[in-house]
Amino acid sequence: MSNTPDDRKYADSHEWALLEADGNVRVGISDHAQELLGDLVFVELPEAGQSVGKGDECSVVESVKAASDIYSPVTGEIIAINDALEDSPEAINESAYEDGWIFIVKPTDTSELDELLDADGYQNLIEDE
Amino acid sequence: MTRQTILNDAHRKLGARMVDFGGWEMPVNYGSQIDEHHVVRSSVGMFDVSHMTVVDIHGPQAKLFLQYLLANDVAKLTRQGKALYSCMLNESAGIIDDLIVYFLDDENYRLVVNASTREKDLAWIEEQAKSFDVSVSERSQLAMIAVQGPKARQKVCPILPERLGLSAAEIKPFSACWFGEWFVGRTGYTGEDGFEIMLPEDKAEGFWNQLIQVGVKPCGLGARDTLRLEAGMNLYGQDMDENQNPLESGLAWTVAWQPNDREFIGRAALDAIKKQGLNSKFVGLLLEEKGVLRGHQPVVLDDGSVGEITSGGYSPTMARSIALARVPASIGETCKIDMRGKLKEATVVKPCFVRQGEIQIDV
Repeated sequence: MSNTPDDRKYADSHEWALLEADGNVRVGISDHAQELLGDLVFVELPEAGQSVGKGDECSVVESVKAASDIYSPVTGEIIAINDALEDSPEAINESAYEDGWIFIVKPTDTSELDELLDADGYQNLIEDE
Repeated sequence: MTRQTILNDAHRKLGARMVDFGGWEMPVNYGSQIDEHHVVRSSVGMFDVSHMTVVDIHGPQAKLFLQYLLANDVAKLTRQGKALYSCMLNESAGIIDDLIVYFLDDENYRLVVNASTREKDLAWIEEQAKSFDVSVSERSQLAMIAVQGPKARQKVCPILPERLGLSAAEIKPFSACWFGEWFVGRTGYTGEDGFEIMLPEDKAEGFWNQLIQVGVKPCGLGARDTLRLEAGMNLYGQDMDENQNPLESGLAWTVAWQPNDREFIGRAALDAIKKQGLNSKFVGLLLEEKGVLRGHQPVVLDDGSVGEITSGGYSPTMARSIALARVPASIGETCKIDMRGKLKEATVVKPCFVRQGEIQIDV
């Protein structure tokens, strides 16, 4: 069974968004998503400094099975990317919610997070799939 | 309605992720597909391939019939148990399926054909068999387990039914032995040594569990696909189908042109195609940049002409992305791949990347 921490929000396209103490939003993919994709072998990261809109595709993760677009769950500017994934994409498989984070967005409007699913809502979504 | 093999429960107990594969519910992996891949290259793994179709051909004209049915020539099979890989063509030389045929004796041969093509294969074979004194029987009550890897023989032989274990230890690559309903072929789809074992369904789960006990790791169809891709082995429905002939699918070596007077189905069309000359080529590709090659991605040549990747993926052994592709014959040593709108550099190589644990190309 996938685990779904309740400290963060989820997009129906399977990204998680964690509002951090400094007001920035850390983004990754859910444990359910990594399980569906299988072993990850390549991550195409966005560029730091890049502006993104909510729902913009800004990264690609490729697994042994398929390529999958990653959409930004909020509007803002990308201020950090997880370089470690270049050499160790498997970090997403091993630790989707911690070491496997993909990028951090400085959001223009944190209320966009309210439009995302909470842990229960996301858990229901993946159970219905 | 999705079909299940007799080992379905066993897969679920092992926590397999199950997927639909050509109408069959099959394990794609039991955890990490990459770990499963590596274990076959370095040690030993096993696959449930019971979904594959076993067809026995029996009768005084069995040999004549197969010489007509198949593009390769079963007359090459002179030693009992010897196996042959062949395409089965239609009249226009399109590939109906690829298969392995085992020679049991002059009146008995065994075919193993793909699962996804079962119905059309059986219909075709039965139709062609009408003009011959042969019977065609599908053996759907046989399970099949492929045990593959450098340690396959040492793990399997001791746990086979006694007499079979002794003969299995002796057989040469691409040969088979049998005892009762048990049938052991030293064949596979991974580029490693190993066995494909057919056995009665009621013995399958017990044997599967025995294999686990001696340290054979269950592997899913995901690893089977990356292993066969590294070995440069075609997958029916992806690398070829009825719209392609063997010559444009890297399978010219499987067509037996001699003797000249052997009339097999598709020969006339194939002769004409050969005379005309081929304008396409079947090659291997090695991606020089980051990313993963996938089936159907366009291959762009220096002269602007375009081919297509037939199967692509990530090679765990090489830690690079590789592919099989059908491309215009004018292809040089490099080309570009259109990967989701971006052109990336690839090197053209022989379509055999890894065999017996060794990388076969310059990386």
